[in-house]
Amino acid sequence: MLEKGKSYRYGRDVNTDLIIPARYMSTTDPDELASFCMEDIDKNFVKTVRKGDIIVAEENFGNGSSREHAPIAIKASGVQCVIAKFFARIFYRNAINIGLPIFEIPEAVDDIQYGDILEYDIDKGWFKNTRTGREFQAKAFTPEVKEIFDVGGLIPLIKKQLGKA
Amino acid sequence: MNLTEQFLARSAGKSRVSPGDIVTIKPDVMMGNDVTTAVTVRILNESGLDTFADKNKMFIVMSHFVPNKDIKTSEMTQSIRKFVEKHKLPYFFEAGKGGIEHALLPDEGYVVAGDVVVGADSHSCTYGGIHAFAAGIGSTDLAGAWVTGKIWMRVPETIKAAFHGIPKHPWTSAKDFVLHLIKEIGDDGATYQAIEYHGDAIENLTAEGKLTIANMAIEAGAKNAIFPFDKAIEAYEKGRARRPLNPVKVDPKAAFSRSFEWNVEDLEPQVSYPHLPSKAHPISKVMAEKIKVDQVFIGSCTNAKIEDLRIAAKILKGKKLAPWVRGVAIPASQKIYLEAIQEGIVEIFAKAGFAVTGGTCGPCLGGHYGIIGPGEVMLSTSNRNFVGRTGHPKGMTYLCNPAVAAASAVVGYIVDPCEVMGK
Ligand code: SF4
Repeated sequence: MLEKGKSYRYGRDVNTDLIIPARYMSTTDPDELASFCMEDIDKNFVKTVRKGDIIVAEENFGNGSSREHAPIAIKASGVQCVIAKFFARIFYRNAINIGLPIFEIPEAVDDIQYGDILEYDIDKGWFKNTRTGREFQAKAFTPEVKEIFDVGGLIPLIKKQLGKA
Repeated sequence: MNLTEQFLARSAGKSRVSPGDIVTIKPDVMMGNDVTTAVTVRILNESGLDTFADKNKMFIVMSHFVPNKDIKTSEMTQSIRKFVEKHKLPYFFEAGKGGIEHALLPDEGYVVAGDVVVGADSHSCTYGGIHAFAAGIGSTDLAGAWVTGKIWMRVPETIKAAFHGIPKHPWTSAKDFVLHLIKEIGDDGATYQAIEYHGDAIENLTAEGKLTIANMAIEAGAKNAIFPFDKAIEAYEKGRARRPLNPVKVDPKAAFSRSFEWNVEDLEPQVSYPHLPSKAHPISKVMAEKIKVDQVFIGSCTNAKIEDLRIAAKILKGKKLAPWVRGVAIPASQKIYLEAIQEGIVEIFAKAGFAVTGGTCGPCLGGHYGIIGPGEVMLSTSNRNFVGRTGHPKGMTYLCNPAVAAASAVVGYIVDPCEVMGK
């Protein structure tokens, strides 16, 4: 499905302490976590983010702690997906496990600036920067990741496998 | 096969694996702490999944926000206590009966050499220090592992890191080896990869030292760190291990994606500047900058084991903190706290002017008990100094070994321990 959203563009090493500081981890409620998302790196984020927007960042997005609160906060803030040059390992697993799409597309990161409007089709992993007109295609997921991604996360997959879906 | 490959192959029931293979492994220990398990419990409650593969492999260690720091965290941790009660889980550790998971589990023999461990905490890589395959995961992965008893892993490429020589500086320690490594390969230098340690300088380390090095593998982005089984680990396990050890042998034909060799003879104690562990500098350069400290924290899963506390106490004995320095010391587990009391270490800390308490993460993650304010400088024996990690986003945290922390607390500036103890 073709959608449109604004890009929130950040640099490298956007760690999980920046995405959601530990001082807010005394809750597991997604909406509450979302209300503090990116606070220490971009005060505007929470004020302006809309459903369908996209986070774009350079290398090593999500490094540091294993806190799943980070992708949970991003997803609950309305962000549709994250594009980065590459992701830290635990963040990558966590995002896929909770059904937050993430894509490694270095060329797109180089092209996109903060505030650019992107057109995209998540299911196809296709993006277009309306400012530059350039289009980007993400590589296909590995079969193991795709299996989780297609059913919307690890828990739905396990339920399906156990016949409890 | 290298050590990580051997562990993953064995756990997956395969004769051979190679980097890039996806394997399904059956962990011996599947652990969560209070912060991550709260999310796992929420996921399990919402999903209706409530049968578990093996309760004897499920560990929950309350460490981050305990003893509960406010009403919100008490509510959050209540959900975990209810879950433990409902499912009658045997391995649940409250503050006062446990400590920081990464100190507690190896020290008290719940994780043993040869284990495969997954933990919902990024520093789960610590257990590689006693020859285990151990990797950090998130809360959903933990829920899945608890229910199915299994988890998928990609077999990583492995970096070989060899350290040689005997440091000339009397206060250079395992922490300095790993700060040096992170500086050399970068904060993301080992992303998706394993680090395997070799060399005579590694063989000379105690098991505690190896645990400190493995602990910070995640600071270079690594999936896991792993050490060969040796005499030091064997000695450490005597009287600790609750299950038989299950080591693997080093294969002389093992392949590595990259290899590093470092000579530590001239390696000085290192100090990592805000806001990245990779910004490590030798103490002689740091001292010249006369960095005044507001708070010194001796604690965390990296450097608050009994061996670390003994080193700090040796320096602090009979001395007082500089008038402007606040000292916070947190032995990493209840057992270590008791040992420190028996050895007179707690008294030395307290007389010097430290606030001392029992096993919690404290200011390491800006939880409670020693949060720093705007513009303040904290010198810490922990592992991360990201923006906002230890308190106010404008606070500045420097990382170092326990000797540098203790000496600097006395002087009030970041100093070489030789300044206090002589050459
Ligand atoms: S001491 Fe720090 S790094 Fe270790 S588990 Fe606690 S918060 Fe994490």
